[in-house]
Amino acid sequence: MQYLVSVLFDGPGLATDEEQAAIDVFNDKLIADGHWVFAGGLGEPVSATVIDNRGAGEPIFTDGPYVESKEFLAGFWIIEADDLDVALKLAAEGSKACNRRVEVRPFLAPPE
Amino acid sequence: MSEASGAGEGVGVGEAVTRAHREEWGRVVATLAKRFGDLDIAEEAAAEAFAAAVEHWPAEGVPPNPGGWLTTTAHRRAIDRVRRESKRGDKQKEAQLLSYDDPPEPLGAVEDERLRLIFICCHPALAMETRVALTLRMLGGLSVAEIAHAFFVQETAMGQRITRAKAKIKAARIPYRVPSEEDLPARVSGVLAVLFLIFNEGYLATGPDSDPVRQDLTAEAIRLARLIRTLLPQDGEAAGLLALMLLIEARRTARVSAGGELVPLNEQDRGAWDKTLIAEGHRLVRERLATGVAPGRYQVLAAINAVHTSARDARDTDWSQIVALYDQLVRLDPSPVVALNRAIAVAELDGADVALAAVDRLAQPLDGYHAYHAARADLLRRVGRSGDSRAAYDRAIELAGNSAEKAYLVRRRDQLG
Repeated sequence: MQYLVSVLFDGPGLATDEEQAAIDVFNDKLIADGHWVFAGGLGEPVSATVIDNRGAGEPIFTDGPYVESKEFLAGFWIIEADDLDVALKLAAEGSKACNRRVEVRPFLAPPE
Repeated sequence: MSEASGAGEGVGVGEAVTRAHREEWGRVVATLAKRFGDLDIAEEAAAEAFAAAVEHWPAEGVPPNPGGWLTTTAHRRAIDRVRRESKRGDKQKEAQLLSYDDPPEPLGAVEDERLRLIFICCHPALAMETRVALTLRMLGGLSVAEIAHAFFVQETAMGQRITRAKAKIKAARIPYRVPSEEDLPARVSGVLAVLFLIFNEGYLATGPDSDPVRQDLTAEAIRLARLIRTLLPQDGEAAGLLALMLLIEARRTARVSAGGELVPLNEQDRGAWDKTLIAEGHRLVRERLATGVAPGRYQVLAAINAVHTSARDARDTDWSQIVALYDQLVRLDPSPVVALNRAIAVAELDGADVALAAVDRLAQPLDGYHAYHAARADLLRRVGRSGDSRAAYDRAIELAGNSAEKAYLVRRRDQLG
């Protein structure tokens, strides 16, 4: 079962050296324990572009994030965990490592 | 003659169904949840099994093992539902269904499934109000309508809350198991907090139209606390919480006057206290003391209530013992509410002026709490500051949510003259 661990942040700036070092330690542990799927940090919301190609014409590009809010997605992990208890424990360690709030959300189970 | 015996049997069957519901509901839900890995299926099948009991038992008689009958019936209903929902040719589902054909294990075998169930219902990833609702529904067997009524929520809203919780448990895969040893203390304390919240809502019901004491909720909380105590016999706090509830419940009838007014501890008719509950509560407190293990919050609170209920007359209360226990509690829980209760005890030992100084220091964190102003009003009255006392009573009355407490405070204020 896979879970998305979103990193929530509300300020400018990237992770400090100290935070980055802690994140590296946490990532190594995820890999060693078989929980690692993928992870990444994202550019600031101002770097986002929204694309709408639902209509018949040309796709519409809009500058900026899809929602203006104080908090934004600063990065994420995708982890493999047997159940929510395991995922919550890992997410708590991740929150401590990156020094930010995180949200855990399950991926939909693959169709049987 | 035959008519009379028929009626008698009818009453007997009704009682048997009620008793089975009280005793077996949680077990049936827990057993099915384990087997089918789905709380929704378990709940629905249990409800159908009890409906079947209401239909069949009057004609066919109460089965010798009602719990077994209910589990087997619920189990069949659950299989029917899985079969209905599974697509034809779904090999995985077919195989799963075959495995369900094994007879269910006897109830209560090895490990009580209800323990797993309560840890799911009180999972920390669920909102507190959701934990309360799920616990009352899945373990307590209260209907959605009863739970909605208990918490002044629309039935549809309460139904949605429970449905959403079941969906989250399934989608996020909240595990159906007893937490590991290292997680157990924190998770047990989460469960106890849910039970204490249910008890407190019954004990000091809020809302202008609510009865001052909701005996249905206190009784249900005590029943669930007894269950947890049985399932976790080594847990000191589970014993402490049960003892605390029993010692508070023992004073229930003396706590509200015939006129619907709250009666404070020192004015209660102690002859009206329930001696059986007090004896049981005292026994639990002594049992915990004998272990020599440092007590947690609920055990200290139970000990405080044990001292109160040991005094034949309010004047015989051992206040130095109570203040010493509050000192212990402050170390475990340094919250302003505990400090307030300690100050109230200090008033009896060192005088109202000493207590008032301690209470005044809590003004900032407790300004929105009715009990703070009520305690302060009483202390101000005792040191002769009637004007200030009146103002404090006004504020307490304004903030109090419990109708009996309000009535009591109004009378005390009007007695200031």
